[in-house]
Amino acid sequence: MSSVRVVLPYHLRNLAHVGNEVALTVAEPVTMRRVLDALETAYPMLRGTVREYETGQRRAFLRFFACEEDWSHEPLDAELPGAVAEGKEPLLVIGAIAGG
Amino acid sequence: MSTVRVLVGTRKGAFILTSDGKRQDWKVEGPHFAGWEIYHLKGSPVDPNRIYASQTSGWFGQLLQCSTDGGKTWEQPGVKPDEAPQSWPPAKSNRFSYDVSSETGKPLTTHQWYDGTQHPWEFKRVWHLEPSLTDAETVYAGVEDAALFRSTDGGKNWHELAGLRGHGTGPAWQPGAGGMCLHTIILDTASPDRIYIAISAAGAFRSDDGGATWKPINKGLVSTQNPNPTAEVGHCVHHIAMNPARPGVLFMQKHWDVMRSDDAGESWHEVSGNLPTDFGFAIDVHAHEPETLYVVPITSDSLHFPPEGKLRVYRSRSGGNEWEPLSKGLPQQDCYVNVLRDAMAVDSLDKCGVYFGTTGGQVYCSPDAGDNWQPIVRDLPAVLSVEVQTLA
Repeated sequence: MSSVRVVLPYHLRNLAHVGNEVALTVAEPVTMRRVLDALETAYPMLRGTVREYETGQRRAFLRFFACEEDWSHEPLDAELPGAVAEGKEPLLVIGAIAGG
Repeated sequence: MSTVRVLVGTRKGAFILTSDGKRQDWKVEGPHFAGWEIYHLKGSPVDPNRIYASQTSGWFGQLLQCSTDGGKTWEQPGVKPDEAPQSWPPAKSNRFSYDVSSETGKPLTTHQWYDGTQHPWEFKRVWHLEPSLTDAETVYAGVEDAALFRSTDGGKNWHELAGLRGHGTGPAWQPGAGGMCLHTIILDTASPDRIYIAISAAGAFRSDDGGATWKPINKGLVSTQNPNPTAEVGHCVHHIAMNPARPGVLFMQKHWDVMRSDDAGESWHEVSGNLPTDFGFAIDVHAHEPETLYVVPITSDSLHFPPEGKLRVYRSRSGGNEWEPLSKGLPQQDCYVNVLRDAMAVDSLDKCGVYFGTTGGQVYCSPDAGDNWQPIVRDLPAVLSVEVQTLA
C-alpha cells in the first residue's frame, strides 16, 4: 500500500473539513482511479465533485497535475509517477481559472 | 412574539436574515457556503428548523445541504464529517439520476435542442427545493435539465418521478435562454396527491396522483414567439404562485403576460390589465388576502431591468387586471436590476410582509403589504431566491 498526498482546491477542502493536503492509503499500482476511489471513500462528501456520477469522468473545469505534468487527459487506469506513489510529490487537483 | 427568518440564495453563498415581528431591525448572517451558487433554500413546514439548500458550482457540480437547527449548522445528508470512515456506503445526496427504466418510468433520453434536433437529457443543477407539507423527511427537487425528483429520507437519496418526463410531450420540450429548468413546485394544501410544476420553456403541468402521472395545463396560454402560439407545450412559464388557503387558484408570471387560473390550471386567462409591461419573473400572493397579488414588471425580454430605471412592485387587490405601483422606499432613478423568478416571498404576519431580492444584491422588505419598503441589506451578491419563514 502507498501513502499518496493529494492537494485539493479551496472549496473541496472546505467541504471535506481538511487542510491543504490529505494523505490517502492507496493499493499499488497507484492509478488516478485508485486515488480518486480512496479520496471518495475517506471523504464521501466529495463524491460527485471531482468525477461526474453518471460518466465517472473528471469534471470539465478540474485538472490533475503531478510532477509538473498534466495528467488530466491520461487514462484513469494509467500508473501515476513513482514520486506520487511514494508520497514524495503530491497529486494536485486544480480548479480551472475562470468565472467572476 | 413572532420572528421572521428570510432565506436568501445568491450567486456567492446563502444568507439568513432575521427580525422580530416588527421587521425593522435585522440581523444578517452569512455567507454560508461562501463562493458557491445557492439556487434555493427552503424550510420544512413541519419542522421549520430543518432547511434544505441547493449548493451548486460550475466546477464541482451539485451538492445538497441540510440544516436541522435553523441554518446555524449544515451538513450534506448522509455524511457526518466526524464519522466519514464509518458512513459507508457514502451519501448520494447529490446524485440525481434520470430514471430511464422500463419498469418505473419510460426510457425517455432526449428532448428538443435549440437547432430542432434531439439532445440528451443532462443533469446540471437543482433550481428549487420544496419540502413536503406533512413529512419533514420528504422533499421535492426541481432540476435542470427539467425533471422532478423526490427524497423520502431527508435528502440522502433521490428518485425521479419519471412520469413527468415520460407522459408524452417530453421530446418536444426545449430549453429557454436560462436552461431547461423545472423551477416551480407547488404542493396542493387541500389535495395531498396534487402537485403543480412549471418548466422553462415547456409550461405548467399537474399531477393528481402524487407525481405518478402528469398532464400539461397550458390551455389559455398564448406565446406569440412560438410557431403555434397556443400549443399544448412550449410556453416559457416564469413562475406560479398560489395562496395555500385557496388551493386551485393559481397566478402565473409568464415570459410575457400575467395569467390566472380558477380551476387548478385547466384553463388560464390573462390578468395583465394596466401593468406598464407584463414581462417579468417573480409573482406572489398576499398571505391573508387571496385576491391581492404582487409582480415586479421588467421592461422586456430584451431589457431585463425595470421600466424607466424605477424599481416598482405592482399590486392588484382584485385578483389581477387592476394594478397599482408601489414605490415608497424603492429606488426611483438609475435602477437597472432584475428580480428573478424565485426571489419574492411573503410572510404570514398581520400585516403581511412582502420581500424580494435583486440581481444587484439588495433584499427589500415591506412590513405593510407593499405600502412601504426598506432594504434589509444592500450589497449581497446577485440574489437568486428568497424564502420567508414566520416563526412563533
